[in-house]
Amino acid sequence: MKKIFKILTLYHLIFINPVLALIEVDITRGNLDPLPIAVSPLHVDIKSQEHEGLKVKELGTSISEIIEKNFKGTGLFNPLKKEAFVQKPDIAHIKPRFEDWRLIKAQALVTGKLLVKDEKLKVEFRLWDLTASKEITALAFTTTPSNWRRVAHIISDKIYERLTGENGYFDTRIIYVAESGPKNQRIKKLAIMDQDGAKTKYLTLGTELVLTPRFNPTNQMVTYLSYFRNMPRVYLLDIETGMQEVVGNFPGMTFAPRFSPDGKKIIMSFAEDGNSDIYTMDLETRVVERITNHSSIDTSPSFSPDGKFIVFNSDRSGLQQIYVMRSDGSNVKRITFGSGIYGTPVWSPRGDLIAFTKVRKGRFYIGVMRIDGTGERLLTENFYQEAPSWSPNGRVLVFYRETKSGKKGEGFSAKLWSIDITGYNERRLETKTDASDPSWSSLLSK
Amino acid sequence: MTFNTNLRNIFLVVFTTLILSACSTAKKTGNVDGDVYTGKETVKYLASGVPDRVFFATNKSSLTTASRATLRKQATFLRKNKKLNVTIEGHADERGTREYNLALGERRANAAKDYLMTYGISGKRISTISYGKEKPVNPASSALAWSQNRRSVTVKVN
Repeated sequence: MKKIFKILTLYHLIFINPVLALIEVDITRGNLDPLPIAVSPLHVDIKSQEHEGLKVKELGTSISEIIEKNFKGTGLFNPLKKEAFVQKPDIAHIKPRFEDWRLIKAQALVTGKLLVKDEKLKVEFRLWDLTASKEITALAFTTTPSNWRRVAHIISDKIYERLTGENGYFDTRIIYVAESGPKNQRIKKLAIMDQDGAKTKYLTLGTELVLTPRFNPTNQMVTYLSYFRNMPRVYLLDIETGMQEVVGNFPGMTFAPRFSPDGKKIIMSFAEDGNSDIYTMDLETRVVERITNHSSIDTSPSFSPDGKFIVFNSDRSGLQQIYVMRSDGSNVKRITFGSGIYGTPVWSPRGDLIAFTKVRKGRFYIGVMRIDGTGERLLTENFYQEAPSWSPNGRVLVFYRETKSGKKGEGFSAKLWSIDITGYNERRLETKTDASDPSWSSLLSK
Repeated sequence: MTFNTNLRNIFLVVFTTLILSACSTAKKTGNVDGDVYTGKETVKYLASGVPDRVFFATNKSSLTTASRATLRKQATFLRKNKKLNVTIEGHADERGTREYNLALGERRANAAKDYLMTYGISGKRISTISYGKEKPVNPASSALAWSQNRRSVTVKVN
């Protein structure tokens, strides 16, 4: 297990050209004209050795295909078909014939080469601006060969960063609840996968109900709700070691957990005599603090990225609405006043927006608004969907949607979906089973 | 004259139908009153004549007159069976967000528990658990199914 999480060592930086690129991708609005990009298969060095469990000869193509899939998924890039490519990978990597690549309408080109030798995978790649006829980014690194998928994600992140000016989100994972069985006898397990749907692992057996897993933004810890021994409590799980423990010593149900942005506290609801209020627990000192004290339901708390504020869900006005308060519980302000009810607020990692679920006239919406509740934008509408979670760069939301094919509950299905905060590029995430309650990790390599 | 009477009768029939249909959308459709389920389809019994569950309106945890009558029967039953302990399970329908529904289920279970306690049943004999929307009794997506799923169920533990 440990090897998987071993952080890739940046071997050496070959060259980063300080000249500004002529091509750039504007991600602040829906991109209806995605950037045509050619991702050449990485050239596999003929000195490469066999490696157990790896098809070394095909590795260069496999890595380029993962990069293409990542780019296509953003809706911002249009990876061109390889049949049209005009140069061999090794030659293009040394110096592309720019005019030939421009002929197939590519504006950017990715080239690279790799070597598998002595239990090591050495990779380098270059990003070429075909309009300016220049190399604009290059990087080389060495890792263990089994990390080859992560290599593809890290290259994708570097290119995304160079072309959009924003951090990438490809070298990340998603934890979620894997579901199976009929609606009234659902079996739920914790599951984790790479953001592109690869490498699914199940972390619990399905013997007890589990809900709402959330990543620690600073490491590979997860907090979630488990009905272990029929006592619904918030748990802490180390996904590297598999160790888990109950959070705090509460005499009743604890639920709706999330980490503070520094990863040191868990914020959650505790239900006492039927009334739910918000509490925090410091994971190091174990000190528990009560944050709200109100006879209404207070739940779904989420910290602002600077840790100074908390957004939460309360029905103190009668129906579910969204409120913001200081992190000590003072200065509570209601921020939603639109028609309908609001739930599951989550603060963007960039700090500028709050994502939420809205229910109005029997339809469910995922939306975003500014942190004072103004500028509400509903991104997607459906019969049932909820629980948005932010990509680490704050550009994309992942959520889950339930559908049924018949009125009696037949054909019940739950799937993960993502949508850009521009409201464009809604797409389903591949999962091995039905899925709900997604949570997006931070970038694994920073 | 006959023609006139007939016409008036037809008119009356149409008129009454209109009133009835108006009533049904506003108040009663089959076994749902307001939007609280009043039927017996999903109900089990702790003992003869002692229903195990009560139903709630959307987003509400207040007890209806019928619910209070059911809970008084449960209290009488529990007074007679002094060694019996129970768990009250609180549930919500699928038309709400998961975390809020967990809190709502907890509130519903406790509303039932509090009522039993006012009728002399010790709180020590009653535990509560919320399942939110996780355990629907009726998996369908209809107003009827949702009303059957908004419930608190008293379950014997020993």
